[in-house]
Amino acid sequence: MDKTTNQKAWFLVLPVLILVAFSAVIPLMTVVNYAFQDTFGNNVFFWAGLSWFEDLLGSQRLWDAFYRQIAFSAIILAIEVPLGIIVALNMPKKGFWASVCLVLMSLPLLIPWNVVGTIWQVFARVDIGLLGYTLDAIGIEFNYTQNFWAAWITIIVMDVWHWTSLVALLAYAGLQSIPDAYYQAAKIDQASRWAVFRYIEFPKMLGVLMIAILLRFMDSFMIYTEPFVVTGGGPGNATTLLSIDLVKMALGQFDLGPAAAFSIMYFLVILAVSWVFYTVMTNLDKRDAQ
Amino acid sequence: MAKITLDNLAHSYLPNPKGEDDYALKELNHDWTDGEAYALLGASGCGKSTLLNIISGLLIPSRGRILFDGKDVTRAPTAERNIAQVFQFPVVYDTMTVRDNLAFPLRNRGADADYVATRVNRIAQMIGMEDTLDRKARGLTADAKQKISLGRGMVREDVNALLFDEPLTVIDPHMKWELRTQLKSLHHEFGHTMIYVTHDQTEALTFADKVVVMHDGRVVQIGTPEDLFQRPAHTFVGYFIGSPGMNLLPAEVSGDTAQVAGHTLALGQGYGPLKGKVELGIRPEYVRLSATDGVPVQIDRVEDVGRHKIVRARMGDHPLNVIADEGTAIGADMTRAVLDPAGINIYVNDWRVSPDGAGRNSVGEAA
Repeated sequence: MDKTTNQKAWFLVLPVLILVAFSAVIPLMTVVNYAFQDTFGNNVFFWAGLSWFEDLLGSQRLWDAFYRQIAFSAIILAIEVPLGIIVALNMPKKGFWASVCLVLMSLPLLIPWNVVGTIWQVFARVDIGLLGYTLDAIGIEFNYTQNFWAAWITIIVMDVWHWTSLVALLAYAGLQSIPDAYYQAAKIDQASRWAVFRYIEFPKMLGVLMIAILLRFMDSFMIYTEPFVVTGGGPGNATTLLSIDLVKMALGQFDLGPAAAFSIMYFLVILAVSWVFYTVMTNLDKRDAQ
Repeated sequence: MAKITLDNLAHSYLPNPKGEDDYALKELNHDWTDGEAYALLGASGCGKSTLLNIISGLLIPSRGRILFDGKDVTRAPTAERNIAQVFQFPVVYDTMTVRDNLAFPLRNRGADADYVATRVNRIAQMIGMEDTLDRKARGLTADAKQKISLGRGMVREDVNALLFDEPLTVIDPHMKWELRTQLKSLHHEFGHTMIYVTHDQTEALTFADKVVVMHDGRVVQIGTPEDLFQRPAHTFVGYFIGSPGMNLLPAEVSGDTAQVAGHTLALGQGYGPLKGKVELGIRPEYVRLSATDGVPVQIDRVEDVGRHKIVRARMGDHPLNVIADEGTAIGADMTRAVLDPAGINIYVNDWRVSPDGAGRNSVGEAA
């Protein structure tokens, strides 16, 4: 069949273009404005070219925050993905307890981020927090306001507590899509528990796991609220992740030019990683469809 | 290979079954003879899959025992029973190659590599997949996947029994015939005990030495295809097997005659006094239209299916199907039907009674 040509269809796309322009492109352009120019206020701008970018790329402070960010995302992914899978594998498949588990698992996801931060900020305090006080009482020195490791452990445990449920629920959904006959066939074939996971459960979970990893990567790479509430980026700069550093630069120091350049690079990194994930995921789908 | 004995077996999916209606599988005693091919035939939801899952150990029955060669395996896990099962929808390990799929049950049992290789090649040849052995199972057609499932079921030589749960549902009709023939020749070659669940009478009758007909959680008849055709033990068997099924006419029987819709018919054999719902069953193959003999009938329509004609008629208020040869002309004057006494069975409350009046011929009926 020949395709009919109808250029009028472009008009139907127009409302979306306008909406996206107002919601995303125009705000982004103001950031671009600041990234390539310098200003002394009064809306007077001077062309700065790439100098903000050059300054930033040569700055130890940015690279430190970047490495901390990579480390943070890598650690929480390395914990949350396997843990989420293990939780999903051990959840009841049906019945009353399945619903109970689902509700309990969803609870952390429903708590506002700054409340999560506050909960852990209090929970880990040595003077009044249940966790901090207990650790102190059994002789473990745990003070996240002064100790580098205590601060990191606190924000990582907090993130694991907050977000492992998401991975678990997605993995659980993947598991639920496996027909019973597969497990029965595996029993008859005398497959080991590991083989059942390796050849039945894992392949079926792979699609949703990719989504879980993408979501968790993006969220953790942009995380701000929770660690800010708990540690404020300290002690020193120990937990100053990229977005905390960005806010310090933009609002603390009011260095709008470098902050804008920082934002653009931050945005591009996330975009690039998401694109890689997207490509991998669609290739997986294609392989499935073959 | 083993003889499989079902001893007072019954199963209910409810935790506390009360009446007989709560049982998905009603009480059953049966020996599956070693090396025979059985078909388990019945409509959907009649309990045949329940029975199969009890034999394979995926379900533990509520009551009774199951024995393999006299050894009680009622509570033994599936792996210990050493059986193979092929499911209704293809179960393949997507990420493995076809070769690895076929080898999987052997490797899990620690067979040596040479044996696995020869066995896999043999099975691949049988299911016609030698050329695709190194492909990933993912992305094959449903046909091909189901052939892999069949192959995986047959790859072990020492299984106690091979169970098939409607395995050809997703296969193309011409392929169905071919695979069924292969299964049958495999059965001749290796002599496995095979149990083949199906709701397709042609599949059951062509595959099996003995057909087990189930209805409403109960085994209503176990017999050769010929038994099922000539002497259905239950009206369900008469109705379910045959196309169209057996004619059932309410009757009053006294001695060797029956009163049907006001007409007297000769039965050829005598019956004792019968109580309950009495029906006369006769297959359409044993009814003949005539202009001069028999009882008057009204003909509604004639369906010509090519190899014969199916005449839809009525005797009084009761439908009566007749199968006439393709060559026979059905004239306007042929308004009478002759019922051949050799094809007549008498049913009381749906169960066949023997002509001598000896009582109910009640295979597998619960007390």
